[in-house]
Parts: sequence; C-alpha cells; structure tokens
Amino acid sequence: MVPLSWYLIFAAALFSLGLFGVLSRRNAVAILLGIELMLNAVNINLAAFWRYGNVMDMAGQVFAIIVFAVAAAEVSVGLALVISVYRRRNTVVADEIDMMKW
Amino acid sequence: MSFWNDPLKVAADWLLGVFTGWGMPEMAANILIGFLGVLLLITVLMVLDIFLVWIERKVVARFQDRLGPNRVGPFGLIQPFADIIKLIIKEDTTPGGADKVVYNIAPMLSMMSVLILWAIVPLAPTILGVDLNIGALYLIAAGAIGTLSIIMAGWSSNNKFALIGAFRQVAVMVSFEVPMLTMLLIPTIFAGSMGMSTIIEKQDVWYVFLAPLAAVIFLIAAIAELGRAPFDMAEGESELVSGFNIEYSGMKFGMFYAGELLHAFTFGGFLAILFFGGYRFFGLEQVSPFLAIAVIVFKAFIGYWIIMWVKYTLLRIRIDHMLAFNWKFLTPLAFSLLMVVALMNALLANAPIWLYISGMFLSNVAVAWAALEIARSVSRREREKVEGPKQVVEVGH
Amino acid sequence: MTGEQIVFLVVALFTLGSGFMVVTTRNLVHAALWLVSTLFGVAVTYAVLDAAFLAVVQVVVYIGAIAILFIFAVMLTRKDVRDQGPQMNKNWWFGALLAVMTFGGLYFLLQGWSGLSKTAAAIPAGFDAVAELGNELVSPAAYVLPFEVASVLLVAALVGAVYVAFNPRSGK
Repeated sequence: MVPLSWYLIFAAALFSLGLFGVLSRRNAVAILLGIELMLNAVNINLAAFWRYGNVMDMAGQVFAIIVFAVAAAEVSVGLALVISVYRRRNTVVADEIDMMKW
Repeated sequence: MSFWNDPLKVAADWLLGVFTGWGMPEMAANILIGFLGVLLLITVLMVLDIFLVWIERKVVARFQDRLGPNRVGPFGLIQPFADIIKLIIKEDTTPGGADKVVYNIAPMLSMMSVLILWAIVPLAPTILGVDLNIGALYLIAAGAIGTLSIIMAGWSSNNKFALIGAFRQVAVMVSFEVPMLTMLLIPTIFAGSMGMSTIIEKQDVWYVFLAPLAAVIFLIAAIAELGRAPFDMAEGESELVSGFNIEYSGMKFGMFYAGELLHAFTFGGFLAILFFGGYRFFGLEQVSPFLAIAVIVFKAFIGYWIIMWVKYTLLRIRIDHMLAFNWKFLTPLAFSLLMVVALMNALLANAPIWLYISGMFLSNVAVAWAALEIARSVSRREREKVEGPKQVVEVGH
Repeated sequence: MTGEQIVFLVVALFTLGSGFMVVTTRNLVHAALWLVSTLFGVAVTYAVLDAAFLAVVQVVVYIGAIAILFIFAVMLTRKDVRDQGPQMNKNWWFGALLAVMTFGGLYFLLQGWSGLSKTAAAIPAGFDAVAELGNELVSPAAYVLPFEVASVLLVAALVGAVYVAFNPRSGK
C-alpha cells in the first residue's frame, strides 16, 4: 500500500516545478503552463486527502472539480489576454509587456 | 458453467489453471490473462478493420453506380490485403523540417484513440472489457486523444495545408463535443447510469423510441467527430489537397485511414448501444453470448452503413457554416432537448409505461418541430435582408 | 515493495519528468505536448487513487480542452519569438532557488506531521463514489452553491475571453 506521504511529496515536487516555470520563463504562454502544473499538484493533494481520509465525505473530489472549472476559466481568459497583447504589441515576452497603458 | 454460456470466464479459468500449473504466481497469471484478452480483442478488431476497407469500397461503389474492387479474389475480397502489401512496401518518407518524434507518434495515437473505445463496449452480457460507471465520459475522453493526434500530425508535418486542415478539424471536433456530450446524458437520464452495460440492460424499450431527436443529434455529432463528409473539412481535397495527413505515406497513412474506418464502425456500435438496445434483440442475447455478439455487430454495421450513406450522399459544408450550425442551432437544440427530457422524466416518473413512452416521444417531436420552425423563420429573415422581400415574378414578358 | 508502489513510482517519475520538460524545453509546442503527458500522468494518479471520475474529467477537460487551447495559443503567437533567444529570464537561478526552497520547506513541514504514514482504508463495498459525488454536487445541504458559482464563473470567463480576444479592427 502506498503511504499518504508519497502522494504529498509527489504533489509538492510538481508544485515546485510549476513555480519554477512561472518565475523563470519569459514567454507568457509558458508562464500559464507553469500555473497549470501548480493547479494539478493541488488537485493531486485534494484527491489523495479524499482517499486517505473519510471516503464517504466527497469534499476532496468536489473541490477538485471546482479547481477544474476555475482552471478552464483561467486558461481561456489568460490565453485570450496573451493573444490580445500579441496583436497590439507583437510580443508575448512577459518582460516586454511593462506598460500599464498604451 | 459451460463454454457456450460464458466463454471468456471459462477460457480465463482454464488459462489460469495452465499458468499456475507452470508455477507462475496467481497475480502474474491474472495480469498475463488480461493482456491476452486485450491482445485478442485488438487482433479481432484489426482483422475486422481490414475487411472494413473492402466493405467501404464496395458500398461507395454501389452508391456511385460502379462495381468496386472485383479483380483480386472472389468479389475482390483479397483486395485489402493487396492494399496492405502496397502500403507496407511503399517508401516511408519523413518531410524535411518535420518534427520526427511527434510526426511518428501521431498515427499511433490516432489508432489508439479508436482502440481504447472498445474497452467499454459490451459485446454480450458476459463479454465486456470493463464496466466503467462513467462510460459516457470515457467516450469523450477517447475523442480528446483523437483530437490531440490530429493536431500533432498537422503541426509536425511542417506543411501549411496540413496545419490548416488540423486547425479546422480540431475546431470542429472541439465544438461538436458539446452536443455529443449533451446527447450522451439522455440515455444516462433514462438508465440512471453512465455505464454502457447498465444502459443496455435498462433498454426494454429502445431509447430511439423515447428520444428519436437525441439519436439524430448524436449521429450528426458523431459524424462531425469522425471528420467524415459532410464534415470532412480536415481533408477538403479541393482546397487542402489532403488535409492533416498530406505528408504521411505508406503504413503511417494507412494507420490514419484504418483508424477512421474503425472509428466510424465504432460509432455505429455506440449508436446501437445507446439508442438501439445494444446486444438485445427479443431475448436472443439470453440464448448464447455468440448470438449477442452477432446482434451487436449487425446493429453496428447498420449504424456504419448509415454513416457511409450520409458521407456519399451529401456535399461538404463550408467551415463557418458548419461551426455556425453547431453553435447557433445544434448546441441550443441539444440543451433544450436535455432540459425537456429531464423535466418529462421527472413528471412522468410514476406514469404507466405507455404514457411514459408516448409522452417522451411526443415531447421530442415537439422540440424538433419548434427548432425547425425557428430555423426556418430566421433563415427567411436572413434571406430577405439580402434579397429584399420576396417578390412575385410576373409570368410572360 | 508491492506492485501498487511500483506503479505509483513509475507514474510519479513519468509525471515529474514530463513536468520538468514542460518548464525547460525551448520549443513551446513541445512544452505544451509535454504538458499533455504530465496531465496524463496526473490522470493515472487519480485512477490509482480510485477517483475514476476525476481521472476521466482530467482527460476530457485538461487534455481535450486546455492543452489544445495552449497548442493553439502557442501557434498563434510565434511569429517572431520562434524559439530564438533565451527562453528563461535573467533571474532564472532565483526562481530555481525559490522552487527548491519551496519543495524543501514543504518536505520539512510534512516531516513533522503525524498523519504522514497513514495508509488508505479499503473502500466500503457497494459504495459508488460517482453517484455520491453527483448527489453532493446538486444537494442543497452540500455543494450546490459552489457548483452554481463555478458555472457562473465559466460563463463569465467565456464572455470575457471572447470580448478580450475580439479584434475590433478586422471585426473578427
């Protein structure tokens, strides 16, 4: 049987990878990819706590599903913003998108 | 428990005895037997796929008033084998600038997305891969992998036509998933489960009589998901040469082609399972599992034949018309039908069976009629905007 | 080491390896495809955790919609950046340090927690997690409000995305 700690450490590693991606990538789309990794790490934890806690209590799975919905919303709006910025500024490098208004 | 009543279990027990007799631990033996079962299913499907090529060519020939393959073997039955030999000995090219790994994975994923669907197809009461209680969602999930294979093929080929074809196909597949998933929910409402075997067991009355409109919408969405005419934008020969698979040659192209045919047959099977009673046919499935398999294969072939009929009868639709048709007509229709069916199901929960069936049927017909009326009045208004009000043409100048 | 542990380790290594490729690959389309394999690994993790519904929804939503959206976005925004120049910003070492520190901190925190070595109880016979989940999501006593709020959020995101990506000049 796999102990709970394995899942938690796995999720922590995935979260850290995502964090590295968000902090280090230049491309705005790549930053969003990092955010997806972090959200997935959170979901693994939610599912693991559901399985290792009281199985009758579905809170873990419900939260995971809400995270799915939020992730879908976040990606659609985020990518729409990136494409809109690309149309106006012709760049998707996060460092170069530094004016509040143009 | 004889072989004729439950062949899979008898065979598995026999194999288990043989393997443990060789000194294999029971768990390893069970895993090995599972692999053998999958191998058997896939082998049968691939052999069937070879003959689907022949069937498709024969049927299209008849639709177009030709004879079809008739030189190699009786009725041209050996023709597909000749095709395979040709495909295998053809030069296997990879275009310059292609992304080699992605380019080679894409045909495999395309075939895989079809084969994994058969894991949930119940061939007989006792013969099924796995009875997932989320079977309907699994169907959509497999479609997602198919979408991915097409965009991988289009992008990695390093060809404009391939990329445009892949973009179009993915746009179609992603948008037609919405009405398809909605229509999968209607058998789910009737049966109270998303599992395919439960849906079949609950079909004392075929669901096509309860919800004929749902069956039609599912068929349309399935054809779009397959990317066959009239929704074959991805391959639009007249404008894109061959679409997403333009750079593929030899057996890699063969994988796409065979995958498409098997996919069409599979959706014929799912149409049978969801709306035409699956392996059930007047108690025939109780007699023998082999009869049940014959029934479901026969029904799947009828579904496949309808899909071919549509393909070789209708013309290709323009991409913007197709997407507008989905988002402005099919999706709202699917949502309103789902709401009506759920409402009727709650209202008629305790009604006698004849009232339940006729109520469901009539509400479906009413929704279909209302949708067609709205579509007609909208299109009339659009036409008048372009052409001006309809004028009576005077005869005899 | 039992079979289950071996399965978990293989899946976890596969997922973490693909995740590493997501954040380090230069070619962004490859990064998006590696994201697909990471997401698939996470789906298998859900299946190992007996959360079949989550596993399938992961494939439908993440691979079928979100990953495809990412691939589209990468293709629509790579006229000039086409994998030239550095893909990491100049503070990447700081990001790496912070990520390692986060992992170390989480690991340290988890070490001190008593519930860590807990093993899962068997799922009670006849318990249908999918049916239970469906009931909870629409029952007023449980999670119907978050469920509805999520649907409102999705509609708002849909409208917002269309509005933001709408190009007033070309009218498309």
